[in-house]
Amino acid sequence: MSLKSKSISSKSSLNEDERLKKISPLRVLLNRPELGALGGSILVFIFFGIVAGDTGMFSAYGMLNFLDVSANLGIIAIAAAMLMIGGEFDLSIGSMIGFAGICIAIPAIYWGWPLWMSIVFAFAMAVLVGYFNGIMVVKTGLPSFIVTLAMLFILRGLTLAITRLITGRTQVPGLRVLIEDDPLAWLFATDTFKWFFTWLGSLKLIELRTDGTPLATGIPPSVIWFIALTLFATWILMKTRYGNWIFASGGDKVGATNVGVPVGRVKISLFIGTAVASTIFACIQVLDAGSADTMRGTLKELEAIAAAVVGGCLLTGGYGSAIGAAFGAIIFGTVSMGIFYTDVDTDWFKVFLGAMMLIAVVFNNYIRKKVTESK
Amino acid sequence: MSDYLVQFNNISKFFGKVIALKDVTMRLKKGEIMCLLGDNGAGKSTLIKTLAGVHKPDEGEIIFEDNKIVFDSPKDALDIGIGTVYQDLALVPLMSVTRNFFMGREPQKGIPFLKTFDVEKANKIAADRMGQIGIDVRDPSQAVGTMSGGERQCLAISRAIYFGAKVLVLDEPTSALGVHQASMVLKYIVKAASEGLAVILITHNVHHAYPVGNSFTVLNRGKSMGTFQKKDISREKLLSMMAGGEELDKLEVELQEMDRIHNKN
Repeated sequence: MSLKSKSISSKSSLNEDERLKKISPLRVLLNRPELGALGGSILVFIFFGIVAGDTGMFSAYGMLNFLDVSANLGIIAIAAAMLMIGGEFDLSIGSMIGFAGICIAIPAIYWGWPLWMSIVFAFAMAVLVGYFNGIMVVKTGLPSFIVTLAMLFILRGLTLAITRLITGRTQVPGLRVLIEDDPLAWLFATDTFKWFFTWLGSLKLIELRTDGTPLATGIPPSVIWFIALTLFATWILMKTRYGNWIFASGGDKVGATNVGVPVGRVKISLFIGTAVASTIFACIQVLDAGSADTMRGTLKELEAIAAAVVGGCLLTGGYGSAIGAAFGAIIFGTVSMGIFYTDVDTDWFKVFLGAMMLIAVVFNNYIRKKVTESK
Repeated sequence: MSDYLVQFNNISKFFGKVIALKDVTMRLKKGEIMCLLGDNGAGKSTLIKTLAGVHKPDEGEIIFEDNKIVFDSPKDALDIGIGTVYQDLALVPLMSVTRNFFMGREPQKGIPFLKTFDVEKANKIAADRMGQIGIDVRDPSQAVGTMSGGERQCLAISRAIYFGAKVLVLDEPTSALGVHQASMVLKYIVKAASEGLAVILITHNVHHAYPVGNSFTVLNRGKSMGTFQKKDISREKLLSMMAGGEELDKLEVELQEMDRIHNKN
């Protein structure tokens, strides 16, 4: 599944099978898993460009707004996509977000830990949860759907119970003051390219506040993480041995094991990946809001899976792409924000989300048949 | 040094009370194709798994290049050069030819910790190897799912050879294939043997085995009915030696009988 296709050795053209037709570049493109999501993204932009083009949705501020939402979803969607390619699901993503949030907030606020230490603690817990999910699935052979559904309830319950036990409430505010001068928090809480936006503002190219500072202050950290993770995941999938193992583990567990792929290790690491991505999501949101909420991340696992599916991942594993999932997230993020700029009631967003997923699944199914079509 | 590349002497395997294999002996020289024939339940699968290191024999010994060998895992068998191609082929239809060819053993390049899968080298090797057997994969990044059954079989065999098999164990390589596809695979097997590999071809199809085999071992109910050189045995004799032979004779008699009754009425 390399991106480019090459014609091979000249001598082989002698015994060419006359029943084979040349594959057009379009067909090659059609075989790429991310095509659907890419096309969908373009359609969504065209749609909002026409419907909401003059409403401020495509101002710098508006764009950063929907990019931020897309990027947040994208961070978990990419990890979910990689796990799906590896043949498993993680339904505990949303609960892990809530859990990671209080893992940061409670030590920092109530136990007096420095913020960076609570962040490290949250990531350590994420590795543990992911490892537990993975080892349960690999060792018991149970469907990951069930194992991680159990984890969904366990983590959400733990989050609520522990928070109420320690704080007596379900929210832990007061983090914002800790961010400054923290050696780690800036990774999740700093807008970048501020100078660029200031410069644009000084040229009056973007909207300004009444005090003269630009409305859009910089690229939010979520977007940077999102781009970095998309590139990293794509590099892993397409360019490394481990990436090949992910496809193999999801495509045919038995076959992969027979030729020496450490399927168990691959799957466990992918579960750790989704839990860690959830924690990145939690860090960004908690530090942005300045507080942790026990219900944060609810239903995010389903949105992440939906984005991955729209991005071309097969539910049965072995096929998909990180770029596809990224575009899937962009579609959902853009529509969920864009709908505010139109006259359409926001209630329709869920209808759109569901319909989009159905279309994607039908489309993916068709593509899979095409890809594996015997001659 | 004996003539034989690999010897399986008096192999027995028991599962509880069940005698799956009893005193089975097979010896192969380089370049030899031995066909292992037997009906379903004759013990072929158990024997293959014993050769591949999945099962340990309860009795008997395996001698490879004059050394006695004990396999603790399938990996040990692979490491000394016994390559087994199972019926399911261990291919992933959704993955490309190259990615399947190198699955689990991807060539890498680059600096430590940032090593990348050398896709270009892998593509080239996969295309070359498939080209050698006359299969034009055209685009090694095409999915294996687009290949025919015979081509997939050849890919799996080619992969086993590339990764150092000296003894090739093939489990029913032609069972799911049509005549044309089967002959493509058989041709490749003969070619592999002519390059010095020893091949154990497991099949219940005498018509596929007879043209390519140098010797034939017949298994029946866990026991070897002997190994025969091609010159010493006819196709018909082989067929009747497999349990199916007698059955088929009986069936023929019964059918004739039915025919006779039918004609009378």
